[in-house]
Formats: sequence, structure tokens, C-alpha cells
Amino acid sequence: MAVAVAQRIRLSYSKYWYAYAMIAPVVIVLGVLVGYPLVRGVYLTLTNATSLNVGRQIGVNHIPDSFDFIGLDNYADVLWGPTAYDRFWSHFIWTVAWTAICVVLHYGIGLGLALLLNRKMRGRGLYRLVLILPWAVPTFVTVFSWRLMLADGGAVNGLLSFLHLPEPAWLSDPLAQKAAAILVNTWVGVPFMMISLLGGLQSIPQELYEAAEMDGASPWQRFRHVTLPGLRTVSSTVVLLGVIWTFNQFAVIFLLFGSGAPDAQILVTWAYRLGFGQQPSDYAQSATYGILLLSILIVFTTFYRRWLARNEKANG
Amino acid sequence: MSRQTAPQTEEPDQAGSPMTLTADRPAAETAPAERPAKARRRGQSSPLATVLSHGTLIVASLVALFPVLYIAYISLGPDDNDYLHPAKIFDKMTFANYTKVMNDTGFYTWFGNSAIVAGGTTVIGVLIAASTGYAVSRMRFPGYRQLMWTLLVTQMFPIAVLIVPMYYILSNLGMLDSYTGLILVYSSTTVPYCAWLLKGYFDTIPMEIDEAGRVDGLSPIGTFWRLILPLARPGLAVAAFYSFLTAWGEVAYASTFMLSSDKYTLAVGLSSFVSEHDHQWQLMAATSVLIALPAAVVFYLVQRHLVTGLTAGAAKS
Repeated sequence: MAVAVAQRIRLSYSKYWYAYAMIAPVVIVLGVLVGYPLVRGVYLTLTNATSLNVGRQIGVNHIPDSFDFIGLDNYADVLWGPTAYDRFWSHFIWTVAWTAICVVLHYGIGLGLALLLNRKMRGRGLYRLVLILPWAVPTFVTVFSWRLMLADGGAVNGLLSFLHLPEPAWLSDPLAQKAAAILVNTWVGVPFMMISLLGGLQSIPQELYEAAEMDGASPWQRFRHVTLPGLRTVSSTVVLLGVIWTFNQFAVIFLLFGSGAPDAQILVTWAYRLGFGQQPSDYAQSATYGILLLSILIVFTTFYRRWLARNEKANG
Repeated sequence: MSRQTAPQTEEPDQAGSPMTLTADRPAAETAPAERPAKARRRGQSSPLATVLSHGTLIVASLVALFPVLYIAYISLGPDDNDYLHPAKIFDKMTFANYTKVMNDTGFYTWFGNSAIVAGGTTVIGVLIAASTGYAVSRMRFPGYRQLMWTLLVTQMFPIAVLIVPMYYILSNLGMLDSYTGLILVYSSTTVPYCAWLLKGYFDTIPMEIDEAGRVDGLSPIGTFWRLILPLARPGLAVAAFYSFLTAWGEVAYASTFMLSSDKYTLAVGLSSFVSEHDHQWQLMAATSVLIALPAAVVFYLVQRHLVTGLTAGAAKS
């Protein structure tokens, strides 16, 4: 008995040794730099820590932590406390709308361009090169360029006035700010979708199209019954990644508006503002937002994957 | 019907179709365009559709290019308010902003720092992501599902919330203000996606290759290193591109964790320089171009791998 157990352990050791050795670096790095901060973040949400009462080093003197454990009060305050609508729910609604609009635009435009690029045509390589370009520009640079273009006398309003269209104040009017943020983020996000979907299109076997054509399927029917099902796996992955990345799209909104534009702040930038953009910094509330954000995404992902699995079964 | 009228054109397409799974058909790209319009086949379209799709692609290309060209153009204007009157820049274009930015700052030091950090992130991040990707692609072990789930969940972490705790850890480990610290932080943000991507790519490489390696006496790690990595070049190129880009233009982490000015990365150093010269947007434009150029070079080097590399990564997850 004991021998058998020892043998099994030794067997599993020799069997899994390589796997564990190969994942070890990632597990260690993520454990230290992501796992620990998560634990500490969760702990902070249960306290009333602010920049005034956390331990810090002043000169040679170390001042110890002096914040208290307050249980779930932070969550209660964020979700139901006074002015919870202005502080949390309004940003929550805008974040959901922002994510939905951006991902739909990314996917729609990306798919459209991918379909065009998948045709045999002259200059396809050049178009592709140019269209992926926005992906290669550091966000910092992109956003700065758009700020110049969206400024009152900038290129965008120049074009609008040329077309005799209204010229909104993109960087100061609340509604226009949201439109501007979506515009910039769409520009940033389309190339990734386009390239992923183009890859997906190219992996659909040509025989399927030929068979569909033999059966007299119209272009629309071919798109509906060959292309879309063929893209299902790629789509489900890129949409999930798109939702996660857009939901947490810190850089675009932060760099576009700084700490102005309270209406256009999504939950991530709002949490950052609570933690760093004000004095005294409210670490506990900021962490609470962070944990709520993470929970929302985890719940979404769980349901999304379950929904995918059910679809998969239904469609064979 | 039309296929019978042109039997000789059948051949190039047949030769092209097996490739569609792996490459993006460079051979088939130009050849079919020369066919007579009468024998039009699937994949070719009416002249109207061709004009429309070229039109759409040209408009989209202009939209994609314009912000980049615009900022490059603004950077040539010598005065503060030139961005408000772009037309006036045309007569007085100068590279003065560039010489000013490059001579008055620690440009070359910062450039070196950025190169070290971005290069380090790319090499370390891609290596450890590749070994993890290979392990989850080829081996089943207890904790497999948890690991995949962790890789996904890690991407959901809001950066803003991690900065403060990360700062504590780095200072406890004595890695503040060091290249290693920043490289590890960047790796932790790039690795989850890269590992996912590479796992997908490895999945498309047949198992038989591993088995052949094992039969010839290679260890699993030897198989990975000598056989699989060289085959996975497109996937590795995409992962490297993604890692490099993430590390190259990042500002929030770099400005928090790099304390002394001779350790600044290019983006941090230049933005601190620009904020000292408040509202000198022409300098800001020049710095932006300087930051974007190396990224553009890397992009150009890897772009032909992007489609194949991503396909496989996204197709299986």
C-alpha cells in the first residue's frame, strides 16, 4: 500500500515535473506581482486606509499603519451609501455603455475591413499594412495626436465646418467628451479585431465556399452560413478580450481628459482618481472599486463562457 | 458553370488552397486579378464592387494614417500656437523642435533605458510566456484549469489598483528604480496574453513533431527549445511585438517606479520635459514622433507575421 502510494507520487512527480518547471517562472512572477497585490487590495477594502493613516517612511522615522478594520462598510458605502448614484452607479452605467459601444464598433468595423481585405485585389498588402498601423502607435502618442485634432481649431472641426456640420467642443462638452473617447478608442482598437478576424477568415477551408456555391447559395447566405460559423471560435475569443480590455481601458480616457471630465470617467479611471488624483488619497475606496470591477468582469466572463458552451452544444 | 470554360486557370488556385491554412496566400494574391473578366469566379467581383471596396479601404487607410501624419506635420512648426493654424506651418517647416528636444534633455540616456527595459520585457516576457504556453498546450497536469483561468483573470486587473501594492513590494525587494523591477512588472502585464496567444499557436503544431523529438532522445524541454520554438516564429513575433509595444510607450508604471532622472524611460523623461515647458505643444509633438519611430521600426519588422501569428492564437483558446 505504502509502496504503491510512494510509487504513484514518484510517477506523478516524474510525469508532471517538466510541466511545473515550465510554468514556474510565470507562476512566481504573477504570484508576487499580481497575487500579493490582490490579497493586499482585498484587505485594504476592509479598512479605512487613506494616505493620511497608512504607514510610511519620513526621513529615518517609520510611521506605522494606523487605519482600522471596518468590515464590509466600504462596499456598502460604495453601492448603497449617500450619493452612491453619482459616485458609482452613473459611472457603472457609462462604463457598460462604453464597453458595449466600443466593442460593437471594433468588431463591426474590424469584420467589415477583414472581409474586404480577404478578397483578391490589387494593393491588398499595402492596405493591410496601413490599416494595422494604429496598433503600433504608442497610446500616449495616439491620444496626444487626437487631442490636437479634437481641439477647438483642430482638424476634426475643420473637416466638420467644411461639410457645414455642427462643431461640438469635443474636449469640454460632457456628451461630446464621451463621443470623443469612443472615437479615439475605436481608432485604437479596430486593428487588433481586424487582424484577428482576417486570420480567422483565412483559416476557413475554401471547399466550404465552393460547396455552398454549388448548392446555389447567395453571397449573403454564404456569409451567414459559412463565414460566420467559421469565425465562431475566433470571434468568441476576441470579443471576450475586447470586453475585458475596453472595460479597463485606462490610458485613453486618462490621457485624453486627465482628471477633468467627471462625466466621461469610466470605473477604472474613477478608481484611480480616488486613489491618486485627490488629497488625501482614499486607498480603501479606490481598492473597493478595483475589487468590484474585477468581480463584475469575472461574473461576466463566467456567464459568457457558459453561454458559449451552451451554444456550442446547440450548434453541434 | 464558369469553371468549365477556364480549365487552365484551375491550377494556380488549387495550388493556393492548401496554403490558406498556414500562410496568407502570397501566390494567389496577384495572379487571379489578371484573369479575363468574362470568366469571373468566386473571389473576384464586379467592377462596381471593386471600386466600392477600394473606395472603402482608401477612406479607412486615410483615417488610420491621418492622426500619425498630422502629429508629424505639427511637430515641424516652430511656434507655440502653430497647432491652431496648421496651414501656416507649411511655409516655415523646421526640425528645430527635434534638435531642441534631443539636445536639451537626457534623450540618449532615456532612449538607452527604454531600449533596455522594452528589450528585456520582450525577451523575458516572451520566453516565460512561451514555456508556459508550451506546457499548457502539450501537457495535462493538476492545476491546469486553474492556471488557464488565472491567465485570463489576470488580464482583468485594473492597473490603477495594482500600482500602490506593487510599489510596496518592489521597495521591499529593493527593486525600485531598477531595470529588473520594471521589466518584471511589465512582464506580469504582458505574459498572460502572450501565454494564451502562444498556447493557441503551439496547438496548431502537430504532436507528431514532439513525438519524433522524444524518440530521438530529446527531453521535453529540449523538444520545446530545439523543435517547437523555431516552428512557432510567427506566434513569437506577435508576442514580441505586443510585449515591446506595451513596455515602450507605458507611462504610469514607469513614472511611479523609476525615481531618478537617469533611470527614466523615454516616455517618462520626455513627458516630464514637456510638462516643464507647459503648453509648448510643438515640442510635445516632436517628442511623440521620436517615441513612435522605434515602435514603427519594430512594427515593420514583424508585420508580415501578424496575420498568421494571431490567427492560430485566436482560433483555439
